Amino acid sequence: MIIRVTNLRREFTVGIETIHALDGVDLSIERGEMVAIMGSSGSGKSTLMNILGCLDRPTSGTYELDGKFVSGMDEKELARVRNEKIGFVFQSFELLPRTPALANVELPLLYADQPGDRRARAVRALERVGLADRMDHRPNQLSGGQKQRVAVARALLTDPALLLADEPTGNLDTKTTEEIMRLFVDLHDEGRTVVIVTHEPEIAEWCTRVVRLRDGLIESDRSVEPRR
Amino acid sequence: MNPSPRFIFQTILLAIRQIRAHKLRSFLTTLGIMIGVASVSTVIAALTGLKDQVLSEFESFGASKMFIFPDQPDRAGQNRYPWREIKLKERELEGLVENCPSFEQFSPNTDFRATVIHGRKEVPNINVVGIWPTWHDIENRPVIMGRPFVEADEIDAKPVAIVNDDAITELELPPDPVGSIIMVKGRRFLIVGVIETNRTGMMSFQPEQTEIWVPFSTARRMQSPWSFFYVTGQVKSPDLVDEATAEVRYVMRSMRQLGPDDPDTFRIEAIDQYIEQFGKLATGITAIAAGIVAISLLVGGIGIMNIMLVSVSERTREIGLRKAVGATPSAIMLQFLLEAVVLSLLGGLIGLVLGQGLAFLLTIPEQGLQSARIPSWAVALAVAFSAGTGVIFGFFPAMKAARLDPIEALRHE
Repeated sequence: MIIRVTNLRREFTVGIETIHALDGVDLSIERGEMVAIMGSSGSGKSTLMNILGCLDRPTSGTYELDGKFVSGMDEKELARVRNEKIGFVFQSFELLPRTPALANVELPLLYADQPGDRRARAVRALERVGLADRMDHRPNQLSGGQKQRVAVARALLTDPALLLADEPTGNLDTKTTEEIMRLFVDLHDEGRTVVIVTHEPEIAEWCTRVVRLRDGLIESDRSVEPRR
Repeated sequence: MNPSPRFIFQTILLAIRQIRAHKLRSFLTTLGIMIGVASVSTVIAALTGLKDQVLSEFESFGASKMFIFPDQPDRAGQNRYPWREIKLKERELEGLVENCPSFEQFSPNTDFRATVIHGRKEVPNINVVGIWPTWHDIENRPVIMGRPFVEADEIDAKPVAIVNDDAITELELPPDPVGSIIMVKGRRFLIVGVIETNRTGMMSFQPEQTEIWVPFSTARRMQSPWSFFYVTGQVKSPDLVDEATAEVRYVMRSMRQLGPDDPDTFRIEAIDQYIEQFGKLATGITAIAAGIVAISLLVGGIGIMNIMLVSVSERTREIGLRKAVGATPSAIMLQFLLEAVVLSLLGGLIGLVLGQGLAFLLTIPEQGLQSARIPSWAVALAVAFSAGTGVIFGFFPAMKAARLDPIEALRHE
């Protein structure tokens, strides 16, 4: 079990009103699954993603990631967990401007105290996503799909337990979307755990399991036959 | 977090890359620090040069010289001493010579203004100085032609004179004026020697000027009875200045029969007092310069803070990303703090280079401060203070960056 979430609640206070963004969520994800988390805006899917990504802490409930109880950790410990166990892929890529692809990929290792040849690892990660010939290119010299591949390489760098993608194809055209989704499928086939937060059913089609949220609760959770 | 050297190195590289990416902006930001450090290091360089020059001036003047002046003591509300009690007398001179063992020698000095005539050439208002033969040694001014004054000149109050080489041109004397006759205040004087004009040092700005020396006793006879003289003394060695002062004071007080409560009716000055006074002045100027640097660093620091706040705001998403991939708040803090420090250090170093250039310009002219230089303590201080400015004024923006919520930061437009 790579993720185990029990009775997770997250409340926000806006003025005098309390919003229950997550209202008691239970969710378990096995190693090697490829899960789509879906829901309309306001369903709580972003809040769940933030907590799963250790960017936010629940108001109550427990979260166990790769054998560690993450709920209750302080900011510094969470930073370390994000560095070691989670690889993020964002909708708008979030590459550092004016910085070559290789240096962008290397970034997480700046904050890690893992030994080894950092450059060689970054090179391998870029090769893995098929950008061996674009290492010295800056983001403004890359297409949208290539940028997202660089971002995926960066996410893979620390060999994380969980690949967490937030609308990874939101800024891409149909053809590039398929390329990126095939990359995620390949990574899943290699045994990686992938969680994709999306509101597009076409993206969810690629996954082995679809979890739908509505009003801070899980509305449905079913295994599906993925598109290949 | 205990940052590894590698992390710090990478972060400094990052800071340099940021500064290079915004060259004009970074330059304008550090301009305040640059100008502040440049101007203050120039002032300190000039002051250092001036100090060296003045001290060597005093040295050549003679660190073992002392002066005794008649002096009206400062006694509020009480009667002033009559002048005849204040002024130095010839018999007191004898007493000083006999009773002050720390002294090598003394010479009285007195002067008056007179019209000097040579042949048809008449020059008014020339300074005529009366001295003892010992004066040549005390002032280190030997004759270059003829002979110096001797004891017999003094004892017999002979009408003999020594002139400087400027007098030869001004009075139209022959190239070797020894043996020529000049008229001083209507009296005939035989020129017996020539002294080189003193053109070195602080007094060198004077135009060409005739100087005439006559024996002290001769000068006294040509002066009004109210005129006064002062005494120059040469102490046996510079370390004896304190003892010499005490001796003179004791001898003078006992000769003048001053009671224990009476103030001194004379004044003793030593060269080292002037050195001390100059040192105080230099310290004062240094303190003012330090004040200026403090103000300019404050102004420069505010510029740094401003630009760092802009930078944090522009790079909010980057900060969000860095946090998402594992940067702790202290890592972000260090990143922005180092950027501010590198920026202000750069300003300080450029300022030092500019200051060094200006200090070099000061040494170029012939009358310039030959030894103007930025002392190493000032270099160290400038570097330390500009780094400190970066830390102090970079702290708040860095704190702001470190505290950003990664979710909010990644959503920032």
